[in-house]
Amino acid sequence: MASLDIQGVTKSFGATRVLHGIDLAIHDGEMVVIVGASGCGKSTLLRIVAGLETSTSGAVLIDKVDVTPLEPADRDIAMVFQTYALYPHMTVFDNMAYGLKIRRVPKPEIRRRVQEAADLLSIGQLLDRKPRQLSGGQRQRVAMGRAIVREPKLFLFDEPLSNLDAKLRVQMRAEIRSLQKRLAVTSLFVTHDQVEAMTLGDRLVVMNEGRAAQIGTPMEVWSRPADTYVASFIGSPAMNMLPATLAEGGAAARLADGTVWRFTDGARPGGEGRAVILGIRPEHLMPDAAGLAVTIDLAEPLGSETVVHGRLRDGTALTARLPGGIPQEPLILAPDLAALHVFDAADGKRLDPA
Amino acid sequence: MSATIDVEALAAASRRRRMRERVLTHLALILGVVVFAMPIWITLVGSTHDTDTIGRGDVPLLPGSEAWNNYMHAWAQGGGGRNTFAVPASTMLWNSFIMAMLIAVGKIAISLLSAFAVVFFAFPLRMVFFWMIFITLMLPVEVRIIPTFQVMTSLSLIDTMTGLTLPLIASATATLLFRQFFLTIPDEYVEAAKIDGAGPLRFFKDVVLPLSATNIAALFVILFIYGWNQYLWPLLMVTNRDLETIIVGLTKMIGIGDAQNEWNLIMTTAVFALLPPVAVVVLMQRWFIKGLTETEK
Repeated sequence: MASLDIQGVTKSFGATRVLHGIDLAIHDGEMVVIVGASGCGKSTLLRIVAGLETSTSGAVLIDKVDVTPLEPADRDIAMVFQTYALYPHMTVFDNMAYGLKIRRVPKPEIRRRVQEAADLLSIGQLLDRKPRQLSGGQRQRVAMGRAIVREPKLFLFDEPLSNLDAKLRVQMRAEIRSLQKRLAVTSLFVTHDQVEAMTLGDRLVVMNEGRAAQIGTPMEVWSRPADTYVASFIGSPAMNMLPATLAEGGAAARLADGTVWRFTDGARPGGEGRAVILGIRPEHLMPDAAGLAVTIDLAEPLGSETVVHGRLRDGTALTARLPGGIPQEPLILAPDLAALHVFDAADGKRLDPA
Repeated sequence: MSATIDVEALAAASRRRRMRERVLTHLALILGVVVFAMPIWITLVGSTHDTDTIGRGDVPLLPGSEAWNNYMHAWAQGGGGRNTFAVPASTMLWNSFIMAMLIAVGKIAISLLSAFAVVFFAFPLRMVFFWMIFITLMLPVEVRIIPTFQVMTSLSLIDTMTGLTLPLIASATATLLFRQFFLTIPDEYVEAAKIDGAGPLRFFKDVVLPLSATNIAALFVILFIYGWNQYLWPLLMVTNRDLETIIVGLTKMIGIGDAQNEWNLIMTTAVFALLPPVAVVVLMQRWFIKGLTETEK
């Protein structure tokens, strides 16, 4: 068990800078999920922690020890790869035992640890098989098992669920989470899937173009996104963004069509006329006679609720999650004003009451 | 309106067509077998007659009665050629076998290591080295035979097994083939091995070699036969007849001019020369085909 500290890590490939100084402290036994669109640098960061990639500057500390100059093998970490990277010519047992064999762990000890891990993952009956005789979910478990037997200080997961079908992914997600909690191993998990990120992480790091846009618990990130990128990335369907200006000295926002919404939590700084963006999650829109008229482009009934993709009168797209079946036009929607997010129109940063 | 279909007539026509196709296919196959197998049959039959039968100019198509004598004689004493004394086929077979083995194993070992270096390591001038190896593809043994001979003379390697095999061991083709195969090994295996703590040689031994097993087998078959069939280089290098290889020895048995060729012994030796390559192909054919057609991943 250990802590992980990432201090000012940057990475450039030639002239292209892919990481602009990441700082992150992970406590003992915590699971942190790095989430972001492809190309945001999340995998590079994980590989730097693993030692498979060298950082341009900055340091990685495991258990307060600077491991930046160390080889991957000397960092006492285990990694689960997206493609699992199980050696195809070795049996499941040999795959799991390989790292221990190289570290010259005594044979009976290897057998005991592999058996334990296999029982934990219920793959005990598969130990004699080759990876190609296994299903995707079983391979995933073997990859996990290979990491567990090493009893490392740190688990690294590089999108380990993205090669599974949807149903299995949900199941393995839950298993990984309960396993991680049970073993209480500090973990870093990389994914592009925001649902995975929300459900797995004690904390999230939302990355955008090589920067940590926000670090916080899933609920923090969801309820108080730091900027428009995080706001639209986390949550499904994505948050609606409506351009507006501050009115009433900052205590309210005026939309393009003149509608004025008063903030319930206090005035925003900047004064009259400041350009802002209002963020409204689709689930916070309700039918209300005093709202905005929406023309429906597409309605997706999900059973208990319906996702409505529509347009305001000026053409701005608006998505709403409404309870019940497909609603009838004319549809008038208004937001729950207590759940309104306000962002600066210029730099996209969240604006909180002064 | 539907025209009535004469099912019987159509079925009969289709039966006739299938029959015709089958006959044609078999004719083509039989022709192929005859073309390929006939010379071997004549050799086999020739090795069972006495000298005079073939000496008269007959080409017997049915086996004779001298098989045992011919094979014993060729194995233990060998046939004499013009101006030369006889070398037993057993000696020549042994020499050829050692030479072919050394060439095949040596080529595979060198190519595996150089391909491993080129693919899995980043070092300065990596591509330069790769291209230098690659360019030697354009220089087969025959082209560089005089300088190579010069080098071997300076190293006093004439008339030695080392001199016979060493210049033939360098192989751009095998390096290239292994390189192509290694490129298909996912980076993640390398990374997983790094995290598992395997060093480069450990990774080579535990992961790369087992994965290349079928490729190695396929190449071994090809290279063994390549080595076995070497003619020009052994002809130049070896004057000591104790080191005679069977392909060279066989041609030396055929005299030019007035000398009476012992065709029965030549045929017998030719059969001996055929057997090891055949054995290698037969024994390794399953691996051979697998290695050329699929990769284990």
